[in-house]
Amino acid sequence: MKAIRLPQLAAAATVALGVSIALIFFYAPIDGDQGLSQKIFYFHVPIALTAYACFAWGAWKALLHLWKRPEGADLESYVAIHMGVIFGSLTLLTGSIWAKISWGVWWAWSDNQLVLFLVLFLFYCAYFMLRYSVDPGPARANMCAVYALFGVVLIPVSFLAIRLSRSFIHPVVFTSHGPQMTGSQFFVFCVALVGMLTLFAALYQIELAGKRLDAHLRELRELLA
Amino acid sequence: MSPSEKYTAAAYLVVFVGVLAYVLIIAAKLQRLQREVADILERVRERDRG
Repeated sequence: MKAIRLPQLAAAATVALGVSIALIFFYAPIDGDQGLSQKIFYFHVPIALTAYACFAWGAWKALLHLWKRPEGADLESYVAIHMGVIFGSLTLLTGSIWAKISWGVWWAWSDNQLVLFLVLFLFYCAYFMLRYSVDPGPARANMCAVYALFGVVLIPVSFLAIRLSRSFIHPVVFTSHGPQMTGSQFFVFCVALVGMLTLFAALYQIELAGKRLDAHLRELRELLA
Repeated sequence: MSPSEKYTAAAYLVVFVGVLAYVLIIAAKLQRLQREVADILERVRERDRG
């Protein structure tokens, strides 16, 4: 399979996000219940889903590292988790702002999905503590891979928490009966999701290229010393 | 501006600033890598001359 080039990926992310912002503010209908603040949904949920995708991709690369041991899988897993933490931070920030306008509070400890997402986020923040407390080498790569795999279990728990909970205030948009929104809202949501996933792919490739370049330069410096 | 408009703008601004901050970090890193490449190139040239 031919790899997509980084400039094309970055251009695709810019176009997709630009189109999604235009659709959110000029095409998507204003919600009768929440008003304009409902438009936060179009970025908040795709960002949260992208964070899950980052952690899942990181866990997949960790599994590959432990299973087939291809070169660079450990670095790829680390970069995906790094991206997941960035998207996770944005999820928590945009979610807090939405909570404040919708519920009147910045955070609700009684909401299982919020708390489980925070647990997932903090679990992956601790990944960096583990990674930077061990000397680089195969032992560190193995430990980090096992840790990343443990974390991925929290993703379905976090996603299903809202559906298993009996009392909640967090809205449920995707149920077993399909998305609980109009066709135009769902279309805008899908465009925003594609935009966020493309942004993740572009940032992932940029970060990975930087890390690889850094490693090659370190090797060159050692050869010249 | 109504509170609803303010909070919606704030949420989108957070995302924009977040991505911008990331681009700034990457730009700083790129600059450091450029300096390192120039330094290594200089050392290789010096070695060839010597």
